[in-house]
Amino acid sequence: MFRKLPEPGSPLVTVTVDGQPLRVPVTFSAAAAVLLYGGISRTTPVSGSPRAPYCMMGVCFECLMEIDGAPNRQACLVTVAEGMHISRQRGARRAET
Amino acid sequence: MNADCDLAIVGAGPAGLAAAATAAGLGLKAVVLDEQPEPGGQIYRSVERVATTRTAHLPLLGDDYAAGLDLVRRFRATNVDYRPQTAVWQIDRDLTLRYRDARGIGNLQARQLLIATGALERSMPLPGWTLPGVMTCGAAQVLLKSAGMVPDGKVILAGSGPLLFLLASQLVRAGVKPAAVLETTTYTRSALLHGPRFALAPGYLAKGLSMMGALRSAGVPLRRGVRGLRIAGTERAERVEYERHGVRYAEPADLVLLHQGVVPNVNLALSLRCEHEWDDLARCFRPRLDSWGASSVPGVLIAGDGGGIMGAKASELSGSVAALAAAHALGRISRQDRDRSASALRNELGRHLRARPFLDTLYRPAQEYVAPRDPDTIVCRCEEVRAGEIRRLVTGQGCPGPNQMKAFVRCGMGPCQGRLCGLTVTELIAECRGVPQQEVGYYRIRPPVKPVTVADLASMDIDV
Repeated sequence: MFRKLPEPGSPLVTVTVDGQPLRVPVTFSAAAAVLLYGGISRTTPVSGSPRAPYCMMGVCFECLMEIDGAPNRQACLVTVAEGMHISRQRGARRAET
Repeated sequence: MNADCDLAIVGAGPAGLAAAATAAGLGLKAVVLDEQPEPGGQIYRSVERVATTRTAHLPLLGDDYAAGLDLVRRFRATNVDYRPQTAVWQIDRDLTLRYRDARGIGNLQARQLLIATGALERSMPLPGWTLPGVMTCGAAQVLLKSAGMVPDGKVILAGSGPLLFLLASQLVRAGVKPAAVLETTTYTRSALLHGPRFALAPGYLAKGLSMMGALRSAGVPLRRGVRGLRIAGTERAERVEYERHGVRYAEPADLVLLHQGVVPNVNLALSLRCEHEWDDLARCFRPRLDSWGASSVPGVLIAGDGGGIMGAKASELSGSVAALAAAHALGRISRQDRDRSASALRNELGRHLRARPFLDTLYRPAQEYVAPRDPDTIVCRCEEVRAGEIRRLVTGQGCPGPNQMKAFVRCGMGPCQGRLCGLTVTELIAECRGVPQQEVGYYRIRPPVKPVTVADLASMDIDV
C-alpha cells in the first residue's frame, strides 16, 4: 500500500506489531509503521470489519490500537520508540470470565 | 483570577503560530498547546525536519510547503511556552483548559483563548469507503510530509478540490504516477463569475494552472464528471467503480485516496457553546465571529480555517489579527495601536480571501457525495450507521435532528465524536425533511472532546 522514499542515514528503531518485529525510522508514528507493512489497525467493535488508519491527523479514530499495553491509543499521534509493542484491537472488548 | 498565561492558543498550524509570534512580540505570555509532535499544523507538517534531515523531499512538496519554514522559525525565535503532544480535552467557560500530555492530565488558566484548530477533510461517504486501502488525500500527504512515504501499487485519487491536484502533482514529483484522478466536481458556470477576483488573489491562479499542467505532461489520466463512485472489495479495496456520461467503469486499485474539500474543525468551539451558523456555499457550519475573530463567548477568539476555510496564508494573517485583539482586550495595547497594526494585515488578508468565492463555488461538493443515496453506505464509521437507516428514521419515525439520531442509533457517539459523520447526518436530515441545514443543526458536542481515561479523571485534583 505504501513504501518509504530513500532516506539515507535515518536512525531506525525496532517495534513490534502483533509480535512481529519491524524496523522503522525513529520519527515515524505508530500508524505509519502499521501502514508501511500494509496492515490494518483494528476490527470494529460493531461488526468486526477490518479498518486501517484513515485520516492520519487525529480526527477519525480508525487507528485506535493498543500501544505498550494501553488500549485505544490514536496510533497516528504516537511516535514510535525502541521496543514499542503495538497491537491490533479485535472487535469489542469482552469482560474476562 | 490567577491566570497561568495571558493567551492560550490551541493548535500550532499557521494561525496558531502566527498568533503566538505576534503575541510574544507584544509582550504577552502565550502558551501553545498542540496535539502533534512538531509545529506547523497539517499544512506545514514536519517542515523543520524535512528541511534539515530530509532535504531531498523538500522539492517534492513544493514552495508553498517550504515557505512554512519561515513561520515556524519566527515562532521558534520567541519565548512562547510551546507544548507539543498535548491534547486539550475540555475548556471551561472561565477559560480553564484541561489537557492531556505524556505525564497525564493538567490544567491551565488563561486570560484569553485562541482556538486555532484548523480544518479537517470533509467526509466523502460512499460504498466501500471504510475498507482498508481507502484513505483521504490529506492522509497520504501527511505520510509524505511526516514519514517520506508514498503510495505503492495502483493508486486512484477521487473527489474534488485543489488538494486532489496538489497531492497528485506531489506524487508525480516523487515518482509515483497515479493510475487516475477521478473528478466529481460538477463545474457550475456560476464559478466563472468569481474568476476575475480569483485571478487577482496572489499566486493562486498560476499555482492551479501549473499543477494541472504538471499532471497533463506526466500523462496522469484525469476523468471529469464522475458520478456514482463506489469502492469494491472484501477485506480491502480492490477496485473503483463509477459512471461517466451514462457508462459504468471499473478500475482496479490498491489504494484509493478520497477528498472533497476541507471544513472547519469546530468540535472545541462547539463544546464551548460558541454560536455557529450554516455556510451554504461552503456547505459546513462555522463559528459566528466578528472582524477580529472574537466568538460569541467572552474571551474566546477563533482564527484560521477553524473560523471558516481561508487557506494557510490567510490563516497566518488572521492569527496575527486575533493576537492583536487579545492584546487589546488585556489592556496591553491601545485601540489605536491595535487598529494601526491590524490594518496592513487585513489588507493582505483581503487579497488572499479574493480566491475563496471562486474556489468555494467551483468545488462546492455535489449532493450525492454529501447526502449519500445508496442506502448501504456507512455514514457513521464508528457506530456503522448506514444512510438508508438514517433516511428511514427521518421519514418513517419522524426523527427531527442529529441529537435525536444519537438516541435512535448511536450515530455520532463513537470515538470520533461525530467529526466524520456530523455534516453528512445534517445534510441527510435536511434533504429528507426538505428544510435548510441551519434548521436541522448539528450534534451537541460535549467535553471531553479528546479521549481521557477514567483513571485520568480520577487523578484530577478538583474541588467538589
